[in-house]
Amino acid sequence: MDKPLSKNFFLLYLSDPEFYLMAGFHCIKYIRFIRLIILLLLICPGMKGQQEQENIPLADYRKVSDFVDDNERCFTCHGESMYHFTDTSSDQLIERMMYHDKVIPREQFYRSNHKSFSCLDCHSDGNLVFPHPNEAHKYEYNTCLDCHGNGKHWARFKFEEIQEEYNLSIHNLKDPKGFSCWKCHNPHTYHISVRNTKNLSATIAYDNNICLSCHSGLNRKQAHDEHDSTNFTREHNWLPNQALHFRNVRCIDCHTQINDSILVAHLVLPKSQAVKHCRECHSKSSILAGTLYKFQSMKGKRDYGFFNAVIMNQSYVMGANRNYFLGTASLVLFGLVFTGIIVHIVFRIGNRNKG
Amino acid sequence: MIYHYPLFIRLWHLLNALFILVLIVTGISMYYSGQEQLISFATSVKLHNIGGIGLTLSYLIFFVGNMVTENGKHYKIKWKGLGSDILLQLRYYLCGYFRKGKTPFPVTGDRKFNPLQALSYLLAMYVGVPLLFLTGCILLFPEIIPGRIAGISGILLTDLLHVITGFLLSVFFLIHIYMCTLGARLGNNFRAILTGWQTIEKE
Repeated sequence: MDKPLSKNFFLLYLSDPEFYLMAGFHCIKYIRFIRLIILLLLICPGMKGQQEQENIPLADYRKVSDFVDDNERCFTCHGESMYHFTDTSSDQLIERMMYHDKVIPREQFYRSNHKSFSCLDCHSDGNLVFPHPNEAHKYEYNTCLDCHGNGKHWARFKFEEIQEEYNLSIHNLKDPKGFSCWKCHNPHTYHISVRNTKNLSATIAYDNNICLSCHSGLNRKQAHDEHDSTNFTREHNWLPNQALHFRNVRCIDCHTQINDSILVAHLVLPKSQAVKHCRECHSKSSILAGTLYKFQSMKGKRDYGFFNAVIMNQSYVMGANRNYFLGTASLVLFGLVFTGIIVHIVFRIGNRNKG
Repeated sequence: MIYHYPLFIRLWHLLNALFILVLIVTGISMYYSGQEQLISFATSVKLHNIGGIGLTLSYLIFFVGNMVTENGKHYKIKWKGLGSDILLQLRYYLCGYFRKGKTPFPVTGDRKFNPLQALSYLLAMYVGVPLLFLTGCILLFPEIIPGRIAGISGILLTDLLHVITGFLLSVFFLIHIYMCTLGARLGNNFRAILTGWQTIEKE
């Protein structure tokens, strides 16, 4: 039976080399037009995506906060490094640089522990007026314990005990007026990182950056300045493999006094009392079990007498992490060898006495 | 008497023994580190590093020496019939030795090691020690180790390989010392590695 005519006609074209020549010719002839179409096809979805992307942050922030639009009244200025206002006398739009400490990046705020807050939960609504009147600052900047103290919800975190530890810390003793919780725990940006971390390296970097924001000097250059007291690399010259230690241990693991009853020690010690002996970390009774790995230890991952398993895979601490199976296997092997040698010696002695 | 151990071998062997001993003691001290210990962790690390570098350098003497002298021929194993030869030697150590039997592979001018010795020395010197100092050199510069290898800590993997090799070589070291007492007389083999002259057992 013959194939349908249309199909035969189509196949005829496909089998004709001239068809390809003509198609190629037309493609070259209209290549500019074709290229324009392709470009439009590629760019248009991209433009659409770009428009969506500009709106994504606020939409994303709304997932974690009910006050995103309210807060924008503040972030319009305080979320940017430059802010604008209209001079009423000249009616001119003026641009000013926001003081560095007053800039609160939105992405950091909406990632912080206080992300669900309205700015006005802590700041008085007098701040909604610009320029902000002096009275606006009168009833704000509560201390941490105003919210976190004396409540059933916060009891397990023992904020009062943390406050007591802080009072004894070198930070408070040296600068009781200038220093506060907020020097380390910026209420606008700080987020708890160690408690449920899945990336310990990132947690360590985050926590150490808090210390280094002051202790590496006003600028990073001072960190390497021979004459500066905040030269932390020089101060840690005694520490072998400095970079490795800084990447894998938090400053507070060596510079605080361990307290078993609170989750993170806050009694920052004078530098003369900081950990300086290798064995304090690199041993079976490593202090890291009570500091950096405290949460994992509390969760019961401290198997086989050592805190290895999951922790060992996160960061290997020589002397502290021991592989249970390797330890057992090596002891059995040594035991067998010694037994074999002793048995051989006994037979040798017995044989000599016979002879 | 046969002059079996040239000066470079004796020198290398002495250095190797010294460094291995330091490495075993300090290695165990670091692995079983505690609050109270004979050698402090910091001292153990320093001595272990010095011992490791020393072992690597002394290995170069051994490696080059075996390349340029005839000593290397003792590490060339005849694989054909090796299994049965090893069983024969093992039977001698476990039974024949006590029955005053003759050693199946006596030391001659051409044969320094019996098949069991040859295989164990080959594995120790051409597999174990290079693996030990390679992983040790890497651990000296932990910054260069990838953070993750197949989802496992890179330092952990390198260290495990280093520790396992170290344990196996420690076992070799123990057996090696004991086997040296099995000569014609108790101190014969020890004297031989110090003077170079090996006493041949009478037929």
